[in-house]
Amino acid sequence: MNITDIYETMEYSPAPESPDIALEWLKERKAKFGLFINGKWCKAKSGKVFGTDNPATGEKLAAISAAGKSDVDSAVSAAKRAFPGWQALSGHERARYLYALARQIQKHARLFAVLETMDNGKTIRETRDIDIPLVIRHFYHHAGWAQLLENEFPEHTAIGPVGQIIPWNFPLLMLSWKVAPALAAGNTVVLKPAEFTSLTALLFAEICEQIGLPPGVFNVVTGSGETGAMLVKHPDLKKIAFTGSTEVGRIIREATAHTDKKLTLELGGKSPFIVFEDADLDSAVEGVVDAIWFNQGQVCCAGSRLLVQESVAEKVIERLKKRMAKLRVGDPLDKSMDMGAIIDPIQKERIRSLVEQGKKEGAKVWQWQGKLPKNSGKSGGGCYFPPTFLTNVSPASTVAQTEIFGPVLVSMTFRTPDEAVMLANNSAYGLSASVWSENINQALHVTPKLKCGVVWINCTNQFDAAVGFGGYRESGYGREGGHEGMFAYLKKKESGIPTEELRIPVPKVKTVENSALSLDRTAKLYIGGKQTRPDSGYSLNVVNADGSLAGEIAHGNRKDIRNAVEAAHKASGWQSSTPHLRAQILYFLAENLETRGEEFQNRIMKLTGVSKKQAGLEVETAVRRIFSYAALADKHEGLIHQPPMRGLALALNEPIGVLGLVCSDEAPLLGMLSMLLPAIAMGNTVVLVPSRPFALVATDFYQVLETSDVPSGVVNIVSGDAEELGSVLAKHDDVAGLWVSGTEDECTNAKKLSSGNMKIIWTNNGKKLDWFDNQQSEGREWMRRASQVKNVWIPYGE
Amino acid sequence: MTNSTHPRNPGISLNLDWLDSVQMNRSALERRCETLTKRRSIKKEWQAAWLLKSLRCMDLTTLSSDDTPDRVRRLCAKARQPLRPELIESLGLKALKPRVGAVCVYHAYVETAVDALKKTGIPVAAVSTGFPHGLNSMPRRIEEIKDSVAAGAEEIDIVITRAHVFSGNWKALYAEISTFRKACGDAHLKTILGTGELGTFRNVAKASLVCMMAGADFIKTSTGKESVNATLPVSLVMLRMIREYFEKTGFYIGFKPAGGIRTAKQSLDWLVMMKEELGREWLEPDLFRFGASGLLTDIERQLEHFVTGRYSASHRQPTA
Repeated sequence: MNITDIYETMEYSPAPESPDIALEWLKERKAKFGLFINGKWCKAKSGKVFGTDNPATGEKLAAISAAGKSDVDSAVSAAKRAFPGWQALSGHERARYLYALARQIQKHARLFAVLETMDNGKTIRETRDIDIPLVIRHFYHHAGWAQLLENEFPEHTAIGPVGQIIPWNFPLLMLSWKVAPALAAGNTVVLKPAEFTSLTALLFAEICEQIGLPPGVFNVVTGSGETGAMLVKHPDLKKIAFTGSTEVGRIIREATAHTDKKLTLELGGKSPFIVFEDADLDSAVEGVVDAIWFNQGQVCCAGSRLLVQESVAEKVIERLKKRMAKLRVGDPLDKSMDMGAIIDPIQKERIRSLVEQGKKEGAKVWQWQGKLPKNSGKSGGGCYFPPTFLTNVSPASTVAQTEIFGPVLVSMTFRTPDEAVMLANNSAYGLSASVWSENINQALHVTPKLKCGVVWINCTNQFDAAVGFGGYRESGYGREGGHEGMFAYLKKKESGIPTEELRIPVPKVKTVENSALSLDRTAKLYIGGKQTRPDSGYSLNVVNADGSLAGEIAHGNRKDIRNAVEAAHKASGWQSSTPHLRAQILYFLAENLETRGEEFQNRIMKLTGVSKKQAGLEVETAVRRIFSYAALADKHEGLIHQPPMRGLALALNEPIGVLGLVCSDEAPLLGMLSMLLPAIAMGNTVVLVPSRPFALVATDFYQVLETSDVPSGVVNIVSGDAEELGSVLAKHDDVAGLWVSGTEDECTNAKKLSSGNMKIIWTNNGKKLDWFDNQQSEGREWMRRASQVKNVWIPYGE
Repeated sequence: MTNSTHPRNPGISLNLDWLDSVQMNRSALERRCETLTKRRSIKKEWQAAWLLKSLRCMDLTTLSSDDTPDRVRRLCAKARQPLRPELIESLGLKALKPRVGAVCVYHAYVETAVDALKKTGIPVAAVSTGFPHGLNSMPRRIEEIKDSVAAGAEEIDIVITRAHVFSGNWKALYAEISTFRKACGDAHLKTILGTGELGTFRNVAKASLVCMMAGADFIKTSTGKESVNATLPVSLVMLRMIREYFEKTGFYIGFKPAGGIRTAKQSLDWLVMMKEELGREWLEPDLFRFGASGLLTDIERQLEHFVTGRYSASHRQPTA
């Protein structure tokens, strides 16, 4: 092209970033990589290798070792050996290492960016301007948490060696999200990068060598899902952190159910992008570009469902078509490209077939009409898919529900804000949402109603180390980043050695005291504020410690659980009630329990056989505990994060929703309240399964609830067989969280069965809690457990 | 502007509902600008060609209180030959005959400039209506336009009454611009909004729309005398209004950022934004101008660098 021609056409030039230095780096390593274990590079013992390709050309970049069982074992054992020493360092000493990592990555930023682009296919603009700068920021930020650890988290300590499995869509960024907080908190790491994208993790391992990170603190085992599965199953890893598909997340949940491994999962999404009629529509259209055509749409939080208010729908769709035509798709190393290559032909085929499916179901397909690079590489060519969007889509369409993980947008319309929220929440996922409106009332009104972990107001796909990221529902649990993210790599310091939790068998009735003259109360179920008879029509005996019949309780079954869950949903007004109101009701509850203190004392004494003094202590402690949660109800406040932008990022503590609680047989009143109180103080509504042998304490208690103005449906009590009812709760897809304080089997079972809808789950792992110990059985830790953080980004400026 | 293929904007009646619907989100606009320039990279021959386009779309300007006829003549000489002949030759541009879009001066020097640019086809633009404040009496402002047109100015850069924007008196603004447009006759009307003084993007957007409705040929950011002059975000606001006006009426409106654009690299940012937000058609002098004085020297330096591979110095370029 000569200057005169270009002057006429005013086309863009090819502007390739040179791959030379990255190629040289590969060449120096003979394009072969071992595993990084205990600070040394070693070959996989199996000798197996696999290739990693450049998706833009199809060319092979390097051979990567496939770690087998013995490799994983030695990596885990290296991490295990390194743990005590690393944990014993002062926060300041660890901070220096993290700071050195940040600086060293910064020094080699362009090599990381180019290598990432070559291995992954995303544009150099993104790796250079987004991925790598965020990585650097993440390490700087977490150098800070390491420094402040002892003061900021005095009651917490590191977990141990952790296993981390990361995806291919943001290889180094996901590494930093996992590794930085883990190391800052004092854990050691075995990392498995995605099979498609190991290179930047291996370069990172070299950086760890360069800064002199102690051997074994960070280990890399490359390989496929099989290698990942070995990490998941490894008994010496105390935590698994996974980012990837919901499908695999579910498998991991089930595979770790029988262990006390901590688990955080960051999974899929089908996030709504909501445009109200009073939005800056041109900016919203630009937002769509950043939402779905960022990283080829291979983003878990991609705004893939466009919801537009009917009055402006036509305008937005028209502008979006025009905007889409302006995108440039091609060689990701070209600095003037908006979209690069899809990670792998398998993924491309999946995208293609889903678009096809959408078409079959009646969608209208709009596609970018430019020329995609073809056969540019030596071996089979690049892997590209055009920017696409589908209209004529309804929530019933496959493409509106299934995560496509590609550059494919679907659009739907809504009439009112309520309908927008309804459509937005009509998804199994709940990762993020983007809300566009120039009316702050509108935007902040819908924000708390959206069931997701991140809300971007008038922006999208914003990330920062200081701001937690993570989802609701089947998008997983746990947060990465910020203050809240640190808890994922910390555990409460333990006091004493816990003993095994057992269920107390119900003894045979020896004597029946009741004569026809003394009328016993009929203990029923308590559902939706009403005392109801069980569906089964059966009752169960409750026996006093002395063998006399204490009374009978309703034998609840799955239908009663179903009804209780429905009632709990109907009471969702509790979630949006003011914390002050919840505090007042709790204080009232304490008052009423105390009024009937003697009755509860006698009940506990007779049922459990403890001394009068001990029973009295339990009631007294229970009253105090209610006071504590009344106090905390309006004090578990959120944070305002300060990401580098003009705006606010609010970390809001929200209730989880409907919580199932399966109570312990230990200290029947106090044990039950210790779980119930934080749940309702935080605004959750509850389906509670009381201790089977001591259920009469719970049925006595519903009378206290009734007199204390606790709204109907906030607390529902279903008595019966705890194990059986716990399973029903675990399998119920409309229960958002489940807490089980029971035997090891019950806990394993609950974790396994809860993977259906990825409930937020907490169990005692079959280990007894001391309900009388305020340290472990009361306080903010429980409020955190009863809540999830929603991060709301609000950039501003007029 | 004489070669424009687009019909001139006759204006439309004032549409207040349209103004009411205007929404501008500052953070989103700034984000777009921040990434826009990083999304496109223009190098080598392309950079040379694009810089020539910047040059072609330049209103070479002198608007100083110490302007003299000789100073203006010197500027015109530079406008006639903006690049050194040997540079033109090395770039292979003899056929292209690079020249600037216009020369922009105060009314007092219109005749001098017209005379100096005879037979070059380079139009003379006059800043008018009590530039830069625009607070002279209405008859005087109208007279000033007419005088400049009579003296040979083909383009008139007027300043709007900012007070009308602050008071939301769109009718008055519309009437004022319509009157100026009539006074211009065949000369093209560029309306300067004084964006640095308008306070909000919404005000900028609404003022842009009113000017176009009232028949402006160009909308222009600034006088170059405000403390904040042309910025990319404020330009983006105006471009989006031009686009909307085009979509609704079919009329092409030109855009002129002025003030603060000093480097060749900066000029490319604006060209990229024009191309991305409006399209190829807006990369011609009938629809795009830079108001600049120092920019030309930097463009020459970059072009020389392209030819020689050596970094050039300002003093090597003949001054304006």
